[in-house]
Amino acid sequence: MSSQVSVVNKHEKSKVSSSSREKVSRILNRYGMLFILIALIILMSILSPTFFTTGNLLNIVRQMSVVGIVAIGVTIVIITTGIDLSSGSVIALVSVVVASFAHPDTYPLIVPIAIGLGLGLLTGVINGTIISKAQIAPFIVTLGMMTAARGAALLITDGRPVGNLSDSFKFIGQGDVLGIPVPIIIFGFVGLISYILLNKTKFGKYVYAIGGNEQAAIIAGVNVDKYKIFVYGYAGLLSGIAGIILTSRISSGQPTAGVMYELDAIAAAVIGGTSLAGGIGTIGGTIIGALIIGVMNNGLDLLNVSPYWQQILKGAIITVAVFIDSRKNKKS
Amino acid sequence: MLEMLNITKEFPGVKALDNVQLKVKKGTVHALMGENGAGKSTLMKILIGIYTPDSGTIRFDGEELKFSNIKNALDKGISMIHQELSPIPNMTVAENIFLGREPSYGFTGWVKTKELEEKTRQLFERLEINIDPNAKMVDLSIANTQMVEIAKAISYNSKLIIMDEPTSAITEKEVNHLFKIIRSLKKEGVSIIYITHKMDELSQITDEVTVLRDGKYVGTKPSARITKDELIEMMVGRELNQIFNKKTVEIKEVALSVKNLSKKGKFENVSFEVRKGEILGFAGLMGSGRTEVLESVFGITPPDSGEIYINGEKANIRSTRDAIKYGMGLLTEDRKSTGLFLPLSVQDNMITVNIDQYTKGGFLNLKKIEDNCKMLSDQLAIKTPSLNQIIKYLSGGNQQKALIARWLLRDPDILFLDEPTRGIDVGAKSEIYNLIFDLAKKGKAIVVISSELPEVLGLSDRIVVMHEGRKTGELSREEATQEKIMQLATGELVTT
Repeated sequence: MSSQVSVVNKHEKSKVSSSSREKVSRILNRYGMLFILIALIILMSILSPTFFTTGNLLNIVRQMSVVGIVAIGVTIVIITTGIDLSSGSVIALVSVVVASFAHPDTYPLIVPIAIGLGLGLLTGVINGTIISKAQIAPFIVTLGMMTAARGAALLITDGRPVGNLSDSFKFIGQGDVLGIPVPIIIFGFVGLISYILLNKTKFGKYVYAIGGNEQAAIIAGVNVDKYKIFVYGYAGLLSGIAGIILTSRISSGQPTAGVMYELDAIAAAVIGGTSLAGGIGTIGGTIIGALIIGVMNNGLDLLNVSPYWQQILKGAIITVAVFIDSRKNKKS
Repeated sequence: MLEMLNITKEFPGVKALDNVQLKVKKGTVHALMGENGAGKSTLMKILIGIYTPDSGTIRFDGEELKFSNIKNALDKGISMIHQELSPIPNMTVAENIFLGREPSYGFTGWVKTKELEEKTRQLFERLEINIDPNAKMVDLSIANTQMVEIAKAISYNSKLIIMDEPTSAITEKEVNHLFKIIRSLKKEGVSIIYITHKMDELSQITDEVTVLRDGKYVGTKPSARITKDELIEMMVGRELNQIFNKKTVEIKEVALSVKNLSKKGKFENVSFEVRKGEILGFAGLMGSGRTEVLESVFGITPPDSGEIYINGEKANIRSTRDAIKYGMGLLTEDRKSTGLFLPLSVQDNMITVNIDQYTKGGFLNLKKIEDNCKMLSDQLAIKTPSLNQIIKYLSGGNQQKALIARWLLRDPDILFLDEPTRGIDVGAKSEIYNLIFDLAKKGKAIVVISSELPEVLGLSDRIVVMHEGRKTGELSREEATQEKIMQLATGELVTT
């Protein structure tokens, strides 16, 4: 209470003292992470001659598209003050099931895709239903799903990968259209749809309202349970899409795929300015967050930095990003 | 003993305190009075270090004080009994009292349980309180919880104890017990600041009284020589009809009728009705069940039994969505926790209830949203740099107007307003009063809960009074007085 009050005070003062300085800081607040991404790209370009080439840049986005798609779903979940830890395991489950229907000369391409999307959606709807109807914390419910889905993936395949996939299926993860890799096209499409959902529809306004103050949303007549199920269902659906792309890219269904993807996705969302306290977050921010992680991974690889060091650096950057974000929120 | 001089504290949009002073003599009980929003709590929060004043000095025991936190204040010998109790429910009475200063073995932090219990027992013996130190807080009655809170404040051996409406939740018996404790504390030279709304407690227990009004110091008088009328004048300070510009409105048919509504542990057998064009006031003390009744009617916590009729037809309301469909709206008591979406813009805060009207083919009609919000924000004179401003940065009065706008966009027939002017300044208050009158004139049925008696009296055509979950009376505008309402609200008088 008292901290909030002082925040507002400072805000009022700064408005009086200098409006141009406020303008600068507002731009920095709004586009801060974009500047960091650009700075990172410039830095990597200077350090490594192979970094800033069309091939490598496309490679970065293609590599990040799976986590990026998951991160978009997770962002919407986090905006409602929830969390989804199950994405990585759902990817694995989708991966092995989809692969089983994607052998050459068996089913038409639409079958594995529909099954993958449906399975992802189902896990999300289960998460959302338990969270809203049984009133159990999202952390626990999705932790349960994370464990169970991974178990199911291992059970179905007895722990072994599922290979021998059709060429048409492999096109999803490995092909390109007009020189642009298909995963990037899907990533862009998911980003666009999600942006529209969040900004131009009732669904989006309700997502922000639920995250801003759930009790107030209930009193304003929002069907909070229903929208929570939508939100987790959507996140599950996006995990399904991510699972299909990943399976196609690595040409096999892997019960051990997607480990830690949920954490990378949460990291991308948080670096992109999504607040774990709810009510704050954007699709654009999350995509930038995902690209920052991608550029770092790729750049450090090119510079031959050991993957162990990369993990440590990534951890540090996530923490610093959140720290900067919290400072900036206090200042504005 | 204590001198607070020229204390000023400003919150955005509200001057909470303006050059306020408070002088408390050693070994006396000093009453602090004023309407809600007069600045009593802010002043006390400054004294115990929760807020820092913008200017002013505090001298305590001959020493100038600059507190930055509550522990500072406790160390200097100032403790406070808060009005809203905050026990840790699953810990024992003893653990609650000595929280943060448990006797322990050196640096290990291992608590000496026996000593803890013994110290609590001694404290209770001294105060003649009969509660088991090993009982869990959650098992105590509200009155006993309050007694533990009182014992806790005393256990710091403070030189000054602030008591914020300590008798609002306890019965006559405990009140007498508390007064006995206060008298013996006085003899030990302890000073007490006693915040109360109850006039008769003044002469019973206090020595002096300081009155605040709208964040300003009004005066200090000896309690024994002040009359009720003088005190009310000091507190209200203005003719009521100056700010209540009530219009004569034709009152039409019954819009909402509630019959024998009960909810276990909250309220029992509450009936009332409100007509189109009528403003029905709900008066009562904190915890009397007024808010709970309205929340039940509105479907947040549906009642166990009873009937609700809307425009003469029986309504089945199981959720807030049902209530909204029946044409009801509810402005909640606590803006921050149940009203505002703090991280969102003013506009996004306004559209929530009415969003369906702005949706076409799944997409929002942003132009229509903007136009409607702009129109309403001009109409209510919401002061904001733009509708895209994050609502967190608006003053309380403007936040409240935006929340009212949220309902007005929907245009409900029946509007519940729970403490519509809590924590907002006088100017914004009178604007909201005028708005309420205008709404009544348009034929809306309005129910207003207010803890400020002048507000209930100034706004309402009729007043329902509640006490401990029961309706104790109903007064017409003509017969209602502050005294009558207080008698009904304290349960001294029951007329239904």
